[in-house]
Amino acid sequence: MNKSRGITLIAYGFLLPTLVLMGIFTFYPVIYGAYLAFTEYTSAYLGSGRAPTWVGLANFQKIFSDELFIIGIINSVKYLLVVPGLQLASLGVAVLVSRALPLMTFFRAAFYVPVITSMSLAAVMWDWVYNRDGLLNWVLEGLGLLQKSNAISWLGNENTALWAIMLVTFWRGFGYYMVLYLGGLQAIPSELEEAARLDGATPWQVFWKITVPIMRPTILLCSLLSTVSALRVLEDILVFRPDGGPLNSTYTALMYVYQKALGGSRFDYGVASAAGLVVAVIGFGLSYLNFRLTREDAPRRTVKA
Amino acid sequence: MSAATAQVSRTAKPRAPMGKLIAKISSYVMLLIIAVFALFPFIWTLAISITDKTVKSGVSIYDFPASLLPKAVTLQNFLEVFTVFNLGKYLTNSVIISSATVVGTLLVSALAAYPLSKLEFPGRNLIFASILATLVLPTETSFIVNILTLNGLGLLGTYQGVVLPVIATAFGIFVMRQAYLSVPDALLEAARMDGATELQILFKIMIPLSIPSLTALGIFTLVNTWNAYFWPSVALLTNENLQPLAVAMLKLKGQFNYDPFNVAAGAMILMLPVLLVFILTQRLFMRGLEGAVK
Repeated sequence: MNKSRGITLIAYGFLLPTLVLMGIFTFYPVIYGAYLAFTEYTSAYLGSGRAPTWVGLANFQKIFSDELFIIGIINSVKYLLVVPGLQLASLGVAVLVSRALPLMTFFRAAFYVPVITSMSLAAVMWDWVYNRDGLLNWVLEGLGLLQKSNAISWLGNENTALWAIMLVTFWRGFGYYMVLYLGGLQAIPSELEEAARLDGATPWQVFWKITVPIMRPTILLCSLLSTVSALRVLEDILVFRPDGGPLNSTYTALMYVYQKALGGSRFDYGVASAAGLVVAVIGFGLSYLNFRLTREDAPRRTVKA
Repeated sequence: MSAATAQVSRTAKPRAPMGKLIAKISSYVMLLIIAVFALFPFIWTLAISITDKTVKSGVSIYDFPASLLPKAVTLQNFLEVFTVFNLGKYLTNSVIISSATVVGTLLVSALAAYPLSKLEFPGRNLIFASILATLVLPTETSFIVNILTLNGLGLLGTYQGVVLPVIATAFGIFVMRQAYLSVPDALLEAARMDGATELQILFKIMIPLSIPSLTALGIFTLVNTWNAYFWPSVALLTNENLQPLAVAMLKLKGQFNYDPFNVAAGAMILMLPVLLVFILTQRLFMRGLEGAVK
């Protein structure tokens, strides 16, 4: 009895740092943040040491009648368009490097280098690429796809800025998902592909008719991960356009949260938290949808396998 | 690895007529194109960073293709970015923040994983489930409350303020727990029979047997912390003097927009340590997140 109490004490002693740190910096923010969403709490309150005042749903009324928040939501949803391209490309790349051919270790490593690149470093480099006189325009002119007189600054044009940043997200992401897909691909028996090839299937057919259906569970998991991070996109935007410009074309939902909480002169933590809560709910909705899709497909998948 | 590769391609060859050769060539062409897409920003930035900008005729980074192949090469930009921009200060901050985060993460994870994998005590399942739950919590706005908390604790704008919120992670605890689970219980029982305390068991048996996992966790944490932009930029918004290089990088770009050669040199200095670590420990990264946890 005494001994097991001693063990319990020791166990909690070892867990203490984790429990304290996670309690303060992981769990408390979620709960207190949700509470703040229903209060008025600004830098003025903070300065004078006043506690947040309960205001019910006022913050939500405020954000839903704020055009900027709606623009933010629309841009975040637009950002989700990066997901299908990113996932299919990553799977395709994984298939390419999964074969036992010379140099594959090099290619895998090369494709992973953008993943281990700091976002701020990516911003420095891609800003030069996207410049009006930059590398992208030079290449497009060289390929005859663009006239020199039509050259644009890709990050300065409201029709292209968000897409340009999405390409950087893609660039930094495809190596990461490639590694996740490589793990799944190793589980596919190679006889399956070989049999299909012997039957005269083209690589394109093998990819769509065999690889994609078998990899469905991994694809759905990766899509879930990348959907949630696309909806929450903020860092990728901040390093290029801290203002969400031009003309709010890169102003995402979390940019609204960031600007309300830290931008300008009047920090409005209540409104920022309310907006954050809305993004979290949308995120959960999308995750739930994704899980439902997985479950509905489950029986069919087992039959196939 | 290369021997196995050679063998596979040899056995595959007899069944491979012309069609297979063309397929092989075209997939290498594709791989090369993707490699160019992945690497060209680094190659261009490297070229800019070693360009001698003092040549009489003048140089522009937008003068293609000359800017991709600098005619006169120098290391002057690398020196200048230290003297003019005070890069050393930010580099030191990066080293301090990264090493504190790595040590903190390893210590906290190594401690917490032990009772979760090897001790029986009330509340174990609840605690494990809670740690698991942090993976799905909507933490996108936690930075707001964390700033308020750090402000209340007087830690906003300090090294501790950047480091403390990020060292207790579910990932770190899982990696260590997985390593501990593979240590046979009989070993611990024998040690207990000999009168070893739990602390001794942890430091004399569990941790020495888990060095590969500790190393892997340390390297992942190092790379992530070295590169981190968002959290340090928020936690050190009020104290630019402590900002790590990844955060200061954008300031460097803002201040030296007229001198991209220095900016490129700074960028290379930020990239080099990570690239070196990556090249040396590639396999670890290629196993992926799941590999490390499994």
